[in-house]
Amino acid sequence: MNTFVLKLIAQRIALGLLLLLAVSVLIFVGTQLLPGDVAQSILGQSATPEAVANLRRELGLDQPAWLRYFDWLGGILQGDLGTALSNRQDIGSSLWGRVGNTLFLAFWTAIVAVPLAILLGLVAVRYQNRWPDRAISGTTLTAISLPEFFIGYLLIYLFAVKFNWFPSVSTVHSGMSLGERLHAIALPAATLTLVILAHMLRMTRAAILNVMQSPYIETAELKGLGTFRIIARHAFPNAIAPVVNVVMLNLAFLIVGVVVVEVIFVYPGMGQYLIDHVSKRDVPVVQAVGLIFAAVYIGLNMLADIIAIVTNPRLRHPK
Amino acid sequence: MHPSLKTLTQQATLGQLSRRDFLRRAAALGIAAPFAGSLLTSQAFASTATPQRGGILKAGMQGGESTDSLDPASWTSQVQHSFGQSWGEALTNVSPEGELVPRLAESVDSTADAKTWIFKLRRGVQFHNGQEMTAADVVATLERHSDEDSQSGALGIMRGIESIQATDTYEVTIVTLEPNADLPFLLSDYHLMIQPNGGKDNPAAGIGTGPYKVVEFQPGVRQIAERFEGYWNPDEYGFADQIEIIVINDPTARISALQSGQVHLINRVEPRVVDMVQRLPNIVINNTSGRAQYVFPMHCDTAPFDNNDLRLALKYAINREDMVERILRGYGSVGNDFPINKAYPLFPDDIPQREFDPERANYHYKKSGHNSPIVLRTSDVAFPGAVDAAQLFQQSCAQAGINMEVRREPGDGYWSEVWNKQPFCASYWSGRPTQDQMYSTAYISSADWNDTRFFRDDFDTLAREARGELDQARRAELYRDMAMLVRDEGGLILPMFNDYIEATLSNVGGWSANPMGEMMAGFALSKCWLAS
Repeated sequence: MNTFVLKLIAQRIALGLLLLLAVSVLIFVGTQLLPGDVAQSILGQSATPEAVANLRRELGLDQPAWLRYFDWLGGILQGDLGTALSNRQDIGSSLWGRVGNTLFLAFWTAIVAVPLAILLGLVAVRYQNRWPDRAISGTTLTAISLPEFFIGYLLIYLFAVKFNWFPSVSTVHSGMSLGERLHAIALPAATLTLVILAHMLRMTRAAILNVMQSPYIETAELKGLGTFRIIARHAFPNAIAPVVNVVMLNLAFLIVGVVVVEVIFVYPGMGQYLIDHVSKRDVPVVQAVGLIFAAVYIGLNMLADIIAIVTNPRLRHPK
Repeated sequence: MHPSLKTLTQQATLGQLSRRDFLRRAAALGIAAPFAGSLLTSQAFASTATPQRGGILKAGMQGGESTDSLDPASWTSQVQHSFGQSWGEALTNVSPEGELVPRLAESVDSTADAKTWIFKLRRGVQFHNGQEMTAADVVATLERHSDEDSQSGALGIMRGIESIQATDTYEVTIVTLEPNADLPFLLSDYHLMIQPNGGKDNPAAGIGTGPYKVVEFQPGVRQIAERFEGYWNPDEYGFADQIEIIVINDPTARISALQSGQVHLINRVEPRVVDMVQRLPNIVINNTSGRAQYVFPMHCDTAPFDNNDLRLALKYAINREDMVERILRGYGSVGNDFPINKAYPLFPDDIPQREFDPERANYHYKKSGHNSPIVLRTSDVAFPGAVDAAQLFQQSCAQAGINMEVRREPGDGYWSEVWNKQPFCASYWSGRPTQDQMYSTAYISSADWNDTRFFRDDFDTLAREARGELDQARRAELYRDMAMLVRDEGGLILPMFNDYIEATLSNVGGWSANPMGEMMAGFALSKCWLAS
């Protein structure tokens, strides 16, 4: 690896961090603008005015906003996410468990979905415009067009209620073995796979087809290589950059956008955690989760950029 | 009803009498078998089968969030309520029939002025940490909830108390500021779980005296408790080896979890799907008419609602039967514009039902002289179907020539910005243990949540008198007068009382309806059992 590529990568990382800092300001300002009263929201309809007044005093909402921002940022840099307003629990300890669950589901979904999407994409190119291509495109497009809650309920109806193969409630907890966990998340992982498959698959197909027009593919064909070998060995490496971008976007979706699936399958991930705290106006939690979501998005996109740089021979070997 | 028959019915309902014994003894009282049989629902006898011990009883419930805590002072939702009733105990309970049942207190006595109350505690009751429960723990608990800084949900109850003292190792004496005949009922509040040293050391430790002890507490996900072997009353509570609440906030997911046997009980079956769920094999629907109510409060001190003719016009312009049919799908009963129904002790049952009467509504509307549109604010969070209910109200108003404008508010901030702030909106109440508690919470002039801005000295006087009255007949009369005042001159439009609709698998035994609240008033997990 040469210094040029290293410099490019360093630039990307620096830009990413700068962006994250800017996002942290936006998150902080945004949460300050939320309507409603924190104390009232925490205590709900059955709050007595005394209790509301006491809580408000205790939360110390009288300090100026900029001071609270630097307190908050300083805490985060030292790994302290603060304390939840609503139940006084340390955010870090309750949040990391949720993050772990979300990553677990995202990881196993990705393990299934990404290779499957790329493989199906390669097959679709190999049999372009013939029935396998049409069948693959048709089914995956149908799956992506259906709302995810519908796919979820459909899978629950078939595999949980009718055949009783998998549980409809995917609650995972610390006492479970890996096998039990995988069994528990089978249905949400399948739902998510169906949701993200089409996007990655079609991108793979389009990117490879684009490369397939190049003269060097024609040379490979004239050399007498088999079609699948040409696609896999010669065309795909040059189509990696756009495919990686789409894969990363979908991975980010798996982490930050699966609230609906979490609710349907009662999966204790970050989405539900965030929603509960938004409705209670638990600002420190909302800020912490927002920052984690932003970090995931920025991090994965940065990774996609770096992979694109590293896999691009023109950047690796500049003239 | 013959008093002995009432006792028999209660015994049978509690599972202390078999059906045959019940009918035999009822016959001895001179009661014909068909009538005696009709006194009991089939559910009552389902529970007379001998409870079986063992198994893991699981409930899938709505109403839990990741913000929940084990500190009883902070409880607001159904999951916390049900879990709390499994591991904690209050001094008293209130039976489904509205009678006082001793729990940690063995007996209750008061002086004639209903100001000094003496609670004799049960001896030999153990906390889950092995300590014995004594008067000191009870006093500390009540003190903690009385603290103005406690943010306790029971603070309103505790404010009427002047002093709490341990007069003996097993005796607590409570003096109230004003005579209060309801005090022992109020201390059944689910926030007032007796904790070692009142929970002052660690309010969220989850240590109580209940039939189950907390094993795992994951707020908003699941909560597990196992049977406490040292429990003092194992014949009545705590049949399953372990209980578990899984928080399932999505209604469809709850039903599919029940259908696939992952849970044995669920709460909040939506009225619109009840008929379908009822047809599923192995599932039993239990609906309980309780005290919960859907309401439209008007501020009596704000124009145009400061005119009683306008308030009456709106009260006559609402079609209650239609709302029960459409919003609750029949799972509920009509209200009569005062916040009390037959689930309360001393319910005045001779007050005429207010009917939908467009002509009369129009008469009062014209008399009020008001003619610009009346704004009704509503939101999905006010109660399930609140937006539809407001539109039905709008249509029935139109029939009476009243122009109503329905304004839909965002769910966010509805309870802080709209309810109890705007002069006319949709809301709900879950009811209170006694009539006095309901009226003192929302209808007397000094009430914290006087959401109808009902400021009436004559009403306050009646409430104070009723509160201190130990003669039940006189008390019932006073409550009737109070109900009439709220109904005819207050700002409450109460179209319907909603049922609790819950479902169990058919192998769950011991279910009995309890109008005090959802899931058998929170006792479902400690009173139900699994048939093998």
